[in-house]
Amino acid sequence: MDFSLSSEQQMIQDSVSKFILNDYDFETRRKILKSAAGYSQDNWSLFAELGWLMLPFSEEDGGLSGSMADLALVMEEFGKGIVVEPFIATAVLAGGLIAASGNQQQKDLYLPKIMAGELQMAFAYAEPQSRYHLNNVKCSATETQGEFVINGHKSVVLNGNNAETLVVAARTSGDTQDNNGISLFLVDANHPSVKREGYTNVDGHQAADIWFDNTPTLELLGDQDNALPAINNVIDKATLAVCAEAVGAMQIANERTLEYAKTRKQFGYTIGSFQALQHRMVNMFIEHQQAKSILLMAVLKMDSNEGVDAKAISAAKSRIGKAANLVGRESIQIHGGIGMTDELDVGHIFKRLTTIQYLFGSTDNHTKRFATA
Amino acid sequence: MNLDFSAEEKEFQQEVRQFLQQKLPKNISSKIKKGLHLLKEEYVQWQQILHKQGWAGVNWPVEHGGTGWTSTQKYIFDNECAQAGAPDVIPFGLKMVAPVIYTFGNEEQKQRFLPDILASKVWWCQGYSETGAGSDLAGLKTTAVRDGDEYIVNGTKTWTTLGQHADWIFCLVRTGPPSAKNQEAISFLLINMHDPKITVSPIITIDGSHEVNEVHFDEVRVPANNLIGAEGQGWTYAKVLLTHERTGIARVAPSKDRLIQLKQLAETSDDGNSKLMDDPIFAQKVANLEIDLLALEYTELRTLSAISTGKAPGPESSILKIVGTQIIQGIDELYVEAAAYYSMPYVPQQFEEGFDGQHIGPDTAANSALTFFNNRKTSIYGGSNEIQTNIISKAVLGL
Repeated sequence: MDFSLSSEQQMIQDSVSKFILNDYDFETRRKILKSAAGYSQDNWSLFAELGWLMLPFSEEDGGLSGSMADLALVMEEFGKGIVVEPFIATAVLAGGLIAASGNQQQKDLYLPKIMAGELQMAFAYAEPQSRYHLNNVKCSATETQGEFVINGHKSVVLNGNNAETLVVAARTSGDTQDNNGISLFLVDANHPSVKREGYTNVDGHQAADIWFDNTPTLELLGDQDNALPAINNVIDKATLAVCAEAVGAMQIANERTLEYAKTRKQFGYTIGSFQALQHRMVNMFIEHQQAKSILLMAVLKMDSNEGVDAKAISAAKSRIGKAANLVGRESIQIHGGIGMTDELDVGHIFKRLTTIQYLFGSTDNHTKRFATA
Repeated sequence: MNLDFSAEEKEFQQEVRQFLQQKLPKNISSKIKKGLHLLKEEYVQWQQILHKQGWAGVNWPVEHGGTGWTSTQKYIFDNECAQAGAPDVIPFGLKMVAPVIYTFGNEEQKQRFLPDILASKVWWCQGYSETGAGSDLAGLKTTAVRDGDEYIVNGTKTWTTLGQHADWIFCLVRTGPPSAKNQEAISFLLINMHDPKITVSPIITIDGSHEVNEVHFDEVRVPANNLIGAEGQGWTYAKVLLTHERTGIARVAPSKDRLIQLKQLAETSDDGNSKLMDDPIFAQKVANLEIDLLALEYTELRTLSAISTGKAPGPESSILKIVGTQIIQGIDELYVEAAAYYSMPYVPQQFEEGFDGQHIGPDTAANSALTFFNNRKTSIYGGSNEIQTNIISKAVLGL
């Protein structure tokens, strides 16, 4: 057993960490949020240049064959800067599905562009009624003369407004809740039959609701009717990615709170000298450490099993969700009024820690899956 | 000891219900039910409707135009208002400065200020907190130096809620020498916000809204007859006010209504297989909040009953603030949970007048995260929950 980082991992961590420190300070992030696209293409190109976009892909596909541990390292550092660039949407979700399910021609067409930072993608899976059930797909793909057309509504598609190409989960057979009968399609996001309402999420990430009205598909991705296992796998991977991001974000939330408690004076003393608050900050610290530990467990299990361990992933998401909840709330409360302001980063960290709790299954959902998996 | 409403009280309940049905503007109640911010005009409109009915001064003495209601009547009124989606009155005039004026002000001040407050002709805001004086309010630095018939005020107040709309501000200011003990140097001063030497700068909060402000005073001259009571007594006046205020702060009636709505939402949130309300974990969370709220309701009723038998609400009223805000925030969180993915989109413009684009997600979901973020303030303002805990610890438990 050895939990220390390899020299390659140390290098990845250092390079992302350096980027966050030097090029992703809070003011820079604020400017990115205000820009039309809501993310920085310059940063995106830099991610490509530094090889981060190659990390999730196998060497066979032209990538770096990064492990889940490598990916988690990047995401943890991203969490420290609450990075809004669509790494998960494009590289982990859409790119991951193409890598897992695509044929050689599809891989050749999309993966190099993703890794070069030249293509934005999104995975459209959730629907207004589906909550967190990945098998709950109403959106239909019907075949006429060998061509599939898609009809339906996908909700809160991450990066959906900036994506040029979409991976869409649609039903090719069966009923809304059947496990079988779901297929993946590549769809041109700019096709006139695609209606997109883009918006920024409360955490600063870009997203869109998307309506398909007899939309022609570019291609079927993977086996017809049998996409659910691949969808489950890629969502599980994205789940661990946001877990890692939360661990990084919590670290900064705790650092900021401690700094503040050590300098803010009321009643003639720093508020950090009050035992009532000291114990609460110790709890925040413990939560962060527990979160870090369970992340490590799930990441190592995923890497050693060469597949996904649903129980381990849900254990991580559940425990980290609980930690993110406490750390987020307490960091605002201990900051007091100033923590409520848009101009301080702690409120933005809190917002991301909140949305992560509800992304890819809520804390309770994952507790339940842990119990039944 | 009994729980039932008397025949008169039931009649009163009917009267309130009928009034709300007839007079509460639908555009206002629908905004409240959706958790949206009201415009200044909408608040004023509603408060003037209440005034016309003679119901603006709920806690005021009858001689100044108050309702003279019993605590049971107030309880009925609050519950009916919350159910109907009536907005809270903006407290700064009607519930905060008015009691100080009618309790500690002189006759001239009562004549000058109270009628306009009751009629909602002026908008008041509160000037207490400062950057260095939050929980430690007595550490405030804004000064008011006597110069003939005037005070010259310098300093900056912060977290001034809706100060951007205000005509007047009531301030705690330092009048004593710097050497004076904190509490003994603080005075209660009323200041006209239209003075050109006052500037208001907005503070945007994490939910993206502009509710609070900084208010800067730069050599502002204030007539000395705007001082309430005696110099150096401001702290005492403010404290009396705060203790009385803590009853309303439990927010029992609105929380009850929001729980009812949350349950309806969870009943209709259906993935085709089951309703959210059928999820035993979610149902249990709702039930726990409901049970806590029931206990809080009776804690508040005990406090009200004590007041109605002539006792002042004691420091135990701090319980109302602590538990009330825990429940508010707990409900907020369940709304976010119920909204699932649709808690995330930030599309405030879809609720603006004249918006004709595509609505994103169900209306009940759209503001869930923003409300959750915004209401983190409730455990911070009005004396943070930590300060309330200290009050109970010191004043009730004697620790």
